Amino acid sequence: MFKIIKKENLNNDIVRITVEAAFIAQKAQAGQFVVIIIDERGERLPLTLADWDKEVGTITLIFQKAGFTTRRLAKLEAGQEIQHILGPLGHPTEVKNLGQVYCVAGGVGAAEIYPVARAFKQAGNRVICIIGSRNKDLLILEDILRGSCDEFFITTDDGSYGRQGLVTDVLKDLFTVIEKSAHTQYPGLVYCIGPVPMMRAVADFTRGYSVKTIASLNPIMVDATGMCGACRCHVAGKTAFACVDGPDFDAHQVDFGELSQRLKTFKQEERRISEENA
Amino acid sequence: MRNKTPQQPPEERIKNFLEVALGFSESEAQEEASRCLQCKNKPCVKGCPVGIDIPAFIKLIKEGRQKEALEKIKEKNNLPAVCGRVCPQENQCEAVCILNKKKIPVNIGALERYAADYALTHKLQPTANSRQNLAAKIAVVGSGPAGLTCAADLAKRGFKVTLFESLHTAGGVLVYGIPEFRLPKKIVQDEVDYIRNLGVELKVDTLIGNTFTLEDLFKNGFKAAFIAVGAGLPQFLGIEGENLPGVYSANEFLTRVNLMKAYKFPEYATPINIGKRVAVIGGGNVALDSSRVSLRLGSTAALVYRRSENEMPGRLEEIKNAKEEGVALNILTQPIRIIADKTGVAGGLECIKMQLGEPDTSGRKRPVPIENSNFILEADTVIIAIGQNPNPLLPRITPGLKTNKDRTIVVDENLMTSIPGVFAGGDITSGADTVISAMGAGKKAALAIEKYIKEQHGQNNG
Repeated sequence: MFKIIKKENLNNDIVRITVEAAFIAQKAQAGQFVVIIIDERGERLPLTLADWDKEVGTITLIFQKAGFTTRRLAKLEAGQEIQHILGPLGHPTEVKNLGQVYCVAGGVGAAEIYPVARAFKQAGNRVICIIGSRNKDLLILEDILRGSCDEFFITTDDGSYGRQGLVTDVLKDLFTVIEKSAHTQYPGLVYCIGPVPMMRAVADFTRGYSVKTIASLNPIMVDATGMCGACRCHVAGKTAFACVDGPDFDAHQVDFGELSQRLKTFKQEERRISEENA
Repeated sequence: MRNKTPQQPPEERIKNFLEVALGFSESEAQEEASRCLQCKNKPCVKGCPVGIDIPAFIKLIKEGRQKEALEKIKEKNNLPAVCGRVCPQENQCEAVCILNKKKIPVNIGALERYAADYALTHKLQPTANSRQNLAAKIAVVGSGPAGLTCAADLAKRGFKVTLFESLHTAGGVLVYGIPEFRLPKKIVQDEVDYIRNLGVELKVDTLIGNTFTLEDLFKNGFKAAFIAVGAGLPQFLGIEGENLPGVYSANEFLTRVNLMKAYKFPEYATPINIGKRVAVIGGGNVALDSSRVSLRLGSTAALVYRRSENEMPGRLEEIKNAKEEGVALNILTQPIRIIADKTGVAGGLECIKMQLGEPDTSGRKRPVPIENSNFILEADTVIIAIGQNPNPLLPRITPGLKTNKDRTIVVDENLMTSIPGVFAGGDITSGADTVISAMGAGKKAALAIEKYIKEQHGQNNG
């Protein structure tokens, strides 16, 4: 049993919980995830680690109320328990000093990019964060993200905050400036996490510049230890398992079309269970 | 005549997930037990990978001494209710039974199951008394058949055993792989409870390598470890369309249904999306299980296997059960491509007919394609059940743990790996094999670990 010690609604859609899980906190590294099961009848749900505290022995999870299980998880309050948490899982993000690193996130990906941005910063990189949100109300973690990077950009779909447009618009501007300047260089790495169309757009854009780009993939998983193959995806023409071979992959090599198609596998079932429990 | 266990009739059982074979009544068991000739040289014992004194336990059943019969079995086998159900007795003890010369061997499997079930339902579980008290802590990694057996044997020898499992439930392939109708999960739970009652501490949700490394375990006072993480990595065919939605590995399909209880969706939250027509690729027990699960979820099931029925690696009884239930066998058929329908999900399987040629390295006749025999098998769900490879995760992140080319872990004759004090056995060293051979490895490892500890740390202080 894993006790929730703190719960906050970051906005109407997104919830942050801090959970006692000392062993996982001890081992956690940027880019890794856990699998949770709420109770006896629950499904196995992978969630990226948003933060951890080795001293206190807690992990932080931030999730969007997107489906049946995340909505149920959002109903748990501090003091209540999650029956199972397994982790940390997946390869940690490969963090080294590459000079300059762009961290690009969309939606709840803003929570997931924070440990990655922090790790690249600590490794001596100049870190630029570009965060996309549908609107101002849905934007999360602005303050702590600002504090973890050297430059910070926000885009919103409706222009209610930051720049109106997409994260790739900011990327374009930055790359254009670099192109025209004799003194600046393209980033050593662009790291992106968020909705599939966003990651795909980032990959398509940076491919033209041959800038190394990593995407943190979020396919459907069951065991998340390499056993079921539900999370398989095509990377560089070969099948890889996101749970044990990833979740970070060379974004230029990922078949994003297949990933979004596979993500829809259980759409009908998701609707059914949500309706029956409405 | 050999007594068979009664079964649920096929037309009934495909509507439920309850056990197919119903087990002997007391009188049936005693009648079958009295067929045993009590041979002096006991060929059946030599046919048993864990060496159960089979004539002795059968004699006790005949005399109505069920509890003692179970104690006799448990001297060698910690999971009799499981083995009685899923062991391929026809290739082991029953194959060498003297009565098999007339093709009517004693139904040893059903008798083993009878003794185990009798004790479970009458709450007569024997409690093992440790012969010694060794303080040494031993880690067993993976709670499938090999791990459970090794943990139980070590506990019986007086060691302090912690059993680590990455899933949320103990049992490994017994809970995620084998369906409820062949091995009820309550039975597995009872066997696990027995092993916990021996003093084994079970830690679920713990992935050794990630949550703790092997090094962490030794730093925390464990004196030896047994790696029994199995062959859980699903193989794929490498054909076009294999990653389409609607295509599952048998591991994913069975894990969803068996472990996560997707057949009770939405009461249980894990979904399964299955079409009207399921094609299952493979010819082993996993392929048969996947087909029979599909029937129970309301679909038709067509097995696609590239050799002939004679070469199918599945148990004869399970092939018979599957046919009775209406699984269509497409033998001598090789899938070459999975075709998407217009919505982009699996819609059919393009196959080519095969014929048998000369024997290959496995000694089985090699299947050879027949030119221009391509056809399309309509299927909206495709399940790939062509085998599993050893789990790569722990070897990959454990420095110094040597593996073979086929990714099995290298062990010496005492099952010790390239790291002193770290042993390994079961499918992770043999490649995918039976439950009972994994249990044999678990037993062997327990003996080897005891010997190792005594050599390393002296007789009494652990």
